[in-house]
Amino acid sequence: MNRLGRSAAALFICAALTVSLASCAAETNTPDTSISGPTGEITVFAAASLNGPFTELAADFEAQHPGTEIKLSFAGSSDLVTQIIAGAPADVFASADERNMTKLADADLVAGTPIDFATNTLQIVVPPANPAEVSSLADLTKPELKVVICAPQVPCGAATKTIEEAARLVLTPVSEESSVTDVLGKVRSGEADAGLVYVTDVLAAGDQVKGIEFPESSAAVNSYPIATVGTSSNQKLADAFIASVTGPEGQKMLSAAGFGTPRS
Amino acid sequence: MFRRSGSGYTAVPRWLYVFAAVGALFVILPLLGMVAKVNWSEFIPLITSEASLAALGLSLRTSAASTALCIILGVPLALVLARGNFRGQRLLRAFVLLPLVLPPVVGGIALLYTFGRQGLLGSSLEMAGIQIAFSTVAVVLAQTFVALPFLVVSLEGALRTAGGRYEAVAATLGARPTTVLRRVTLPMVLPGLASGAVLSFARSLGEFGATLTFAGSLQGVTRTLPLEIYLQRETDADAAVALSLVLVAVAVIVVALSYRSPRLPHLARATR
Repeated sequence: MNRLGRSAAALFICAALTVSLASCAAETNTPDTSISGPTGEITVFAAASLNGPFTELAADFEAQHPGTEIKLSFAGSSDLVTQIIAGAPADVFASADERNMTKLADADLVAGTPIDFATNTLQIVVPPANPAEVSSLADLTKPELKVVICAPQVPCGAATKTIEEAARLVLTPVSEESSVTDVLGKVRSGEADAGLVYVTDVLAAGDQVKGIEFPESSAAVNSYPIATVGTSSNQKLADAFIASVTGPEGQKMLSAAGFGTPRS
Repeated sequence: MFRRSGSGYTAVPRWLYVFAAVGALFVILPLLGMVAKVNWSEFIPLITSEASLAALGLSLRTSAASTALCIILGVPLALVLARGNFRGQRLLRAFVLLPLVLPPVVGGIALLYTFGRQGLLGSSLEMAGIQIAFSTVAVVLAQTFVALPFLVVSLEGALRTAGGRYEAVAATLGARPTTVLRRVTLPMVLPGLASGAVLSFARSLGEFGATLTFAGSLQGVTRTLPLEIYLQRETDADAAVALSLVLVAVAVIVVALSYRSPRLPHLARATR
């Protein structure tokens, strides 16, 4: 993205945010004189798919804000929500879907309004050599193919189901896994001929697998919301971290990891 | 402070009961915590849903098959380890017991790279028309892998405490080794074998990590009760708790019905 485009994107994001402009300004590296910078430490609970970009982002944030420490905890979104509701000390929650953020909001544990900061779509994943010569979603319906998908109970499986319905086809998987990692594992080891996972998972797996885009994936675009947890004892730092996620730098890292821009 | 009962010295210092009570609570309290969470009004519909019944049925069938396989593979292993005398015996024992201490997911990975399509034996199996991955057979293999040490340990212990005197007598009376095994050794350690088999069954019933890694998860084919619980937990905590209680109940019934305390009743019986 060129410089002009990037600043335009930053402007757009700032305008779309419900957080204060002050924290946005802080993210564009202008010294913040109106309030003293945030200090202390927070714990960020983030969906497993955010592992790469959030680890990078937290390190950058700590470097830019001396005296702060961002602790990260990655797991499935529903595990994280269950933990927070059970009293786990989280300050920020970044979910891979809206359902789990709603669960947290229903438990009265969201401070303010959750902000969508990224999107993710599904991709067909095959072993690097693509032995079954998969090239389209329709190919996955071939009976001789061993296809592995996520179970409908988890976000990637719900997205798979939406796509099946939109594309009016029925997949007969040999396994419905409970996490993206398990789908990837089966494809990577060559046990399965193809699977459906998120674009970001394919990118994170590197050259151990190959991703194939398919047009029907637009039927299921997953939004990632982020929010400060109501019980946080350092909401100022939590808000500042969220601002950096939604700010231009965070968006750049997320897009490098394969995430799409948030829907307005 | 000394008390005697039929089977010998049983005096236990009183203070030990306090610690034993803490130990017992440590195991029982979490179970009570779970029972307290059960949504009783929905309990029956939750555990009789199609998915739940399919998972329970599959769990019972695969665990039974795994127990049978454990007996077939484990009895010779235990006999060789307890009675045999050969180089590498200790090393063999260490390897056989390894699944006890390995995280099951490691077992699953190991099985995947052995019996999987791309695995050590996978391509030969595939040429023979056998496909193990994603089948119920894979579930049985995973369960057997983690449950086998329980049978071997139980049986080897029983064999060692029973000693070899009766077998020696049988041999001097002219019985061939196979006859000694069939008529003397196996009847003598039958209780030990039974408790080992029960432990294997219970372990198979609870198997999760190796199954998930190696066999996959599909209703009626590979999704056993623990996998169903893990999946239900994503969306329906009530269903997960209800099914957990079913699994606990089945395990308690199985173990209580057939597992005897290892007080060596077989010795007394064998001398009769």
